[in-house]
Amino acid sequence: MTALAILGGHLIDPAAGVDLLKDILLKDGRVAEIAGPGKLKQANGAESLDAAGLTVAPGLIDMHVHLREPGQGYKETIATGTAAAAAGGFTSVAAMPNTAPVNDSPEITRWMQAPERGAAIRVFPVAAATRGSKGEAINDYAAMKSAGAVAVTDDGQPILKDSVMRETLAAAARVGLTVIQHAEDTRLTQGGSMNLGPVSFKLGLRGMPPEAESGMVERDIRLVTELRDIRAHLHVAHTSTAAALNAVRQARRNGLRVTCEVTPHHFLLTEEHVGLFNTNAKMNPPLRAPADRDAMIEAILDGVVDVIATDHAPHAVHEKEVEFENAPNGITGLETALGLCLRWLHKEWRMPLGRVLSLLSAQPAALLNLKGRGTLTAGSFADVLIFDPKAEWTYRAREGKSKSRNTPFDGWTMQGKVRWTISEGRIAYSSPA
Amino acid sequence: MSPTATPARRQLHPPPVPASPFPYHPGSLLSAQDLTLEELSRILIRATALENEDPLVRSRILAKRRVALLFYESSTRTRTSFELAAKGLGADTTLVSSLSSSIEKGESLKDTGLTLRALGAETIILRHNSCGAPWLLEAETRLPVLNGGDGMHEHPTQALLDLRTILAHLRPGVEVVTAEALAGVTVSIVGDILHSRVARSNMMLLPRLGARVLLCGPKELLPDLAAAAGPGIAIERDFDAALRQSQAVMMLRIQAERLAGMQLDLEQYKASYQLTGLRLAAHAPEAIVLHPGPIIRGLEVTAGVADGPQSVILEQVRNGVAIRMAVVERALTASQQGGRA
Repeated sequence: MTALAILGGHLIDPAAGVDLLKDILLKDGRVAEIAGPGKLKQANGAESLDAAGLTVAPGLIDMHVHLREPGQGYKETIATGTAAAAAGGFTSVAAMPNTAPVNDSPEITRWMQAPERGAAIRVFPVAAATRGSKGEAINDYAAMKSAGAVAVTDDGQPILKDSVMRETLAAAARVGLTVIQHAEDTRLTQGGSMNLGPVSFKLGLRGMPPEAESGMVERDIRLVTELRDIRAHLHVAHTSTAAALNAVRQARRNGLRVTCEVTPHHFLLTEEHVGLFNTNAKMNPPLRAPADRDAMIEAILDGVVDVIATDHAPHAVHEKEVEFENAPNGITGLETALGLCLRWLHKEWRMPLGRVLSLLSAQPAALLNLKGRGTLTAGSFADVLIFDPKAEWTYRAREGKSKSRNTPFDGWTMQGKVRWTISEGRIAYSSPA
Repeated sequence: MSPTATPARRQLHPPPVPASPFPYHPGSLLSAQDLTLEELSRILIRATALENEDPLVRSRILAKRRVALLFYESSTRTRTSFELAAKGLGADTTLVSSLSSSIEKGESLKDTGLTLRALGAETIILRHNSCGAPWLLEAETRLPVLNGGDGMHEHPTQALLDLRTILAHLRPGVEVVTAEALAGVTVSIVGDILHSRVARSNMMLLPRLGARVLLCGPKELLPDLAAAAGPGIAIERDFDAALRQSQAVMMLRIQAERLAGMQLDLEQYKASYQLTGLRLAAHAPEAIVLHPGPIIRGLEVTAGVADGPQSVILEQVRNGVAIRMAVVERALTASQQGGRA
C-alpha cells in the first residue's frame, strides 16, 4: 500500500490532547508518523494531500446505523450506506441487527463484514441480544464477539422481560460487551405514531408517552445495579426524554456503568416539526416536547451525553409517501450529522470543536472498545477526517450517497465541509475544494 | 413535556419550526383553521345564496365540472350531502369507495389520487380513516382537496355547518363573521372527545369567533391535555355544570370502532353524560342541541331529546348541503395563480 502524507492541516485529536498544526504520514493502513509542519521524516515517495487551512481529525464513528443488509437492499445496502457514511466523515459504523434475517448468528455477522459487501469504511456489526430479537432466548455472545460483533442489542424490539434483560446484561458483561437498549415499554406505546402531548392530541394521532422511555431506562438501571459486582454495561440508545437523561445522570453518580447517546434530530427538533403529518419527522423514539429537546442540548453541553449517534434509518421513498400512521419509523442521518453538530453545537452553542469531535469519534471508540480508532497517534488505524470547519453549505437529500432520502434536514444549512475521508489509509470519499 | 424536565439555564436558540406549505391549492379545505375570517364569511354568504338560488340557474354554476368523492370509511351524511351539493351545482360526480375499487388490491392513496386526476377529476373530496390523509393527497396531486373527515383529526365542513346552525339560532342574520361574532356564547362538546374529528374541528374554529368551548366527558375519552389544544378551550367534567353555562350543546357518539381495546362502563357513562329530557329541562332549557350523527339513541342522547324541540340535528344535516355547495364551488373557482378566492 502506498503511503499518504497529510500536510499543513490543523490536527485536533481530543483523545491525545492534540490541537496543533501537524503533518501526518499514513502507511499500510496505519498512522506511521506525526510531526510538526514540514518535519515528517519518512514521507519520501508518499503521495500527499494539501490540508492547509483544514482541520484533520480522527475519522468519525457512528455507533447506531441501520445498513438494511441482509434483506432490505431496496432501502440501503452496506455499500451505499457506508458510502453515505464516508461522505459524512465517518470511518466506522456499528450496524444494528434488525435486518432480515436478524443478525443473531456468527454467519450473518461475518457476511456483513465480507469484502464482497463493498463497504467504503469499516462496519462493526452489533449482534442481536436474543434469538430473532424476540426477547426470549439469549444468543451465544462469545461466538458473536469472535465473529466481530462489538455490542449486543434487540434495537427496535426492546427486551421487556426483566429476567431476559438481566441475563443479557450478565452474559454480555462476562464477554466484555456492551448492551445497547432501545428503551421503550412497548406496552405503553402500542398504536402510537408520535410523542404523546398537545400536538398529538391536536393531530388526532395516538401518542407515545415519555414514560415509556424513562420507565424502561429506570428498569434497566435497576438491573445494572443488581449486577454491579460484574460491572454490567448498559448503553441507552437514542435518548429522547429529560426523564431518561436524569435517570442516566443519577446512575452515573451512583458509580454504575451506564452510558447514553443522543441523535442530532433529538437535540434539534421537537414534536412541532411533525407539522402537518411530515413522515420524515416520524421516528422511534419520536420527536419530543421542547423541554425534552432543550434537556438534550444541556446534557450534551454538560458532558452527560457520551456519544452522538445518528440512528441512520433509510426507507424507500414510496414507504414514506403514505399516511403518517402507516409510515415506517426512521430518518437518514449519516450525511448530516457532522454538518448539524458543527452548525448548532459548535457555532450556535459554542461547544469547543474538540469536544464536538470527541462525541463523534473518541467517545464511541472507547465505549465500543474499538482499539486504535477514534484517535490519531503513531500506530493507530489510519482513519482520518479532513474538513473545512468554516465552510457553510446546503444539504440536498437528492444529491446524497444514501439510497434513501427520508430526512427532515433537506435544504438545511450545514457547517463544516468534508474534503477527504480516509479509511485505513484509503481515500473513501473526497470532494472538490 | 416531561414532568422532570429542568428549565434551560442557557439562552438556547434552537432551529425554528418551518412554516407550513399547506394548503398548496387555494381551493382546498383541509382544516377549518386554514380559513381566514373573510374566507369563512364568504363561504357562509355563498351557502345562503346558493341555497336560495333557482335550481336550474344553480345547476349551471359548475356544469360538467368533475368532482371525485373518495371514501375510505362509511358515511351517510357527508357523502350524500357532498354529492347532492356537487350535483346541485351541475358537476359530474364519481364515487370511489375502498370496498369496490383497487384500494382493496393495495393501491396507495397517492396512486389512487393520481389516477383520479388523470381521469379528469378537478377536485377530490376525501374521507379517510388515517389522520392527515387529505394533506398527503393534496401534496401528491396538487388538486383542491376537500377534507370529508380524516381519522380522529378534522372534519372541517362539519364544523362549518355546525357554525351555520349555531349562528342561525344564536345570531340570526349574521353571516359576516368577526372575532366577536360569538362573544358571550358557550358551546359544550360532550362525550367521546378523544376520538372525535368533529370535536377537534369545532374546538379550533369556534373560539376564533369569540365563543368559549367547554369540553365535557370522562378522563378516558377526554384527556386533560385537550385543554391545551388552543385558546378558549376549557374542560368541565360535570355535565350538569357544563349545561348550565351553555347556549349550545354538541353531543357526540362513543366511537366504538376507535376505542382500541379501551373498556368503558356504559351504564356509568350514561348516568354521567347521557343527555336526557330531565337533564336538559333542569339545566339548559334554552340551549340548542346539536349532534353530528350518527346518533346512538339511548346512549349519548335519549330519543326524546333527539326528537325534541331543542334538537337542531336535522337542521345540521340540511345546512350540510348548503355549506358543501359553497365549499365545492370555492374548490373549483379558486384560482391557483390569483391566490385565495
